[in-house]
Amino acid sequence: MQQTDTVTPPVETIASATGMPMLHKIIFLGLLAFLMVLPFMVYPIFAMKVMCFALFAAAFNLLLGFGGLLSFGHAAYFGSASYVAAHAAKVWGLTPELAVLSGTAAAAFLGLVIGSLSIRRQGIYFAMVTLAFAQMIYFLSLQLPFTGGEDGIQSVPRGELFGIFSLENNIPLYFFVLTVTFGGILMLYRIVNSPFGQVLKAIRENEPRAISLGYNVNRYKLMVFVLSATFAGLAGATKSQVFQLASLTDVHWSMSGEVVLMTLLGGMGTIFGPLAGAAMIVTMQNYLATFGAWVTVIQGVIFVIGVLLFREGVIGVLARWFKRPL
Amino acid sequence: MKRRRGTFRMFELLGIPPQVLLGQLLLGLINGSFYAVLSLGLAVIFGLLNIINFAHGALYMMGAFVAWMLLHYLGIGYWPALILAPLITGAFGILLERTMLSRLYHLDHLYGLLLTFGLALIIQGLFRNYYGISGLPYQIPDLLSGGNNLGFMFLPNYRAWVVVASAIVCLATWFIIEKTRLGAYLRAATENPVLVGAFGINVPLLIMLTYGFGVALAGFAGVLAAPIYSVNPNMGADMIIVVFAVVVIGGMGSIMGAILTGYVLGLVEGLTRVFYPEGSAVVIFVIMAIVLLIKPEGLFGKAA
Repeated sequence: MQQTDTVTPPVETIASATGMPMLHKIIFLGLLAFLMVLPFMVYPIFAMKVMCFALFAAAFNLLLGFGGLLSFGHAAYFGSASYVAAHAAKVWGLTPELAVLSGTAAAAFLGLVIGSLSIRRQGIYFAMVTLAFAQMIYFLSLQLPFTGGEDGIQSVPRGELFGIFSLENNIPLYFFVLTVTFGGILMLYRIVNSPFGQVLKAIRENEPRAISLGYNVNRYKLMVFVLSATFAGLAGATKSQVFQLASLTDVHWSMSGEVVLMTLLGGMGTIFGPLAGAAMIVTMQNYLATFGAWVTVIQGVIFVIGVLLFREGVIGVLARWFKRPL
Repeated sequence: MKRRRGTFRMFELLGIPPQVLLGQLLLGLINGSFYAVLSLGLAVIFGLLNIINFAHGALYMMGAFVAWMLLHYLGIGYWPALILAPLITGAFGILLERTMLSRLYHLDHLYGLLLTFGLALIIQGLFRNYYGISGLPYQIPDLLSGGNNLGFMFLPNYRAWVVVASAIVCLATWFIIEKTRLGAYLRAATENPVLVGAFGINVPLLIMLTYGFGVALAGFAGVLAAPIYSVNPNMGADMIIVVFAVVVIGGMGSIMGAILTGYVLGLVEGLTRVFYPEGSAVVIFVIMAIVLLIKPEGLFGKAA
């Protein structure tokens, strides 16, 4: 049996060998330019919320779209990272970047523990197992002493980046969040287009074939699970710094459902789909906030329509029209 | 009499009064009854449709609400509702299956999960809009109000009825599936729907009725639950996740396995509430983790 450490890159990794395709480069640069001026056009907190969820959805899409694993419990990593980051900033008095890093590390560790158990089941069971573990994290968040129960951790200080730059104002904070989330999304892009990402796609398409080619499938699954949890945690930790709050909403199963919805609506397995999906869902929630529980109903309707008629998602349809991977 | 004093002493040694222990065990048995009926419905649906019905919790809630509505809008009491509410929710389930679920059978099973999740959001959201989240009371029927003092504990009649009724329904379902001709068709269609269809059995009809039956079971559990818990739009949402864990622990390969796992885990939860109350919310998930380590396919599951 071939050693899995010496992964020979498949022929098809042209994208990673020659760098980013021109089209993707243009889109990323255009997006960056747009995000540079965005805080001067809309409420910066709203823009930061969109970016955090875009990173969250992109991290989730790494697992679902490229790993073919549907986790229904990604709120666990998002939420626990936000708790740990909030606790680190408020109680330990860490600077924002260290607080975010500790939240991310906590999510990575949690991803390792839950992932190594969950990948023992496949398909539909995998979804149920991850959901159940996430519910366990929810109950722990409700009961553990440091999480503040129903109140969560409130009025988290924004602090000073590297102990120097104050993030008290929204604009400096915005650029911190932009750097973190955009950097995270670029890293995810790099992972998808690496030899590792190619093996993931092979496993997604035909797992028995990948096994027979000598790949240690379970190790790949665990790695992608941990990576996905880590970036979800990065998003959650950043969000807690923006809202100065970590609460039960972030660990609740409805959050896990929301990130699935964002990815489905934008287009799973696409690069830009999760970003578009996150922007659409967060904008919708923003405008429909006054309608209360109708938001849940509308999200449910989008789910149903998306599954029945629109499985490619918005970006997936665009990609088909332009005949380019997006 | 003497022996009873002996058991009392044993309980006192553990520092737990027997009333508390037995009371919690009864509560556990009642929760276990709901787990059993709901996981049984999930297993029946999964067997034939290969879909995990995420809307099961919402439909359980809907069963309770239908019973409440029958009483308040039409003056129909508990006993007719025990039959009518499952029929109405089951019919609603058949409608869902015909209009939506049946379009997904040729796709990855995960789409069924996503669709039913969306349906659950819609159903729960609608009920929350119209009835709020405070919960509506539902009276215990006169026949079953009150209770009996058994000497060592007080047994409310209604709770005893819930345990008995759910056990009867579980056993009847098991009997239909394992021992009757209809059940034989069902099991055959689970193994090989194409071949069964070639023998002249209307498989799509079988699938439709199976989904309706599974949903009716959830509606039945909802009616049983209505007098115990208040009728609340959120009553199914947290329940369904625990039931998923129950299903993972038991494995969905065996009907009896799903039933037994439900009861046993309800009892385990009740015991945990006595000896370590803080752990009662997570104990089922911890057991799930252990089962995944030792026997990943589930206690009664077939290796997948």
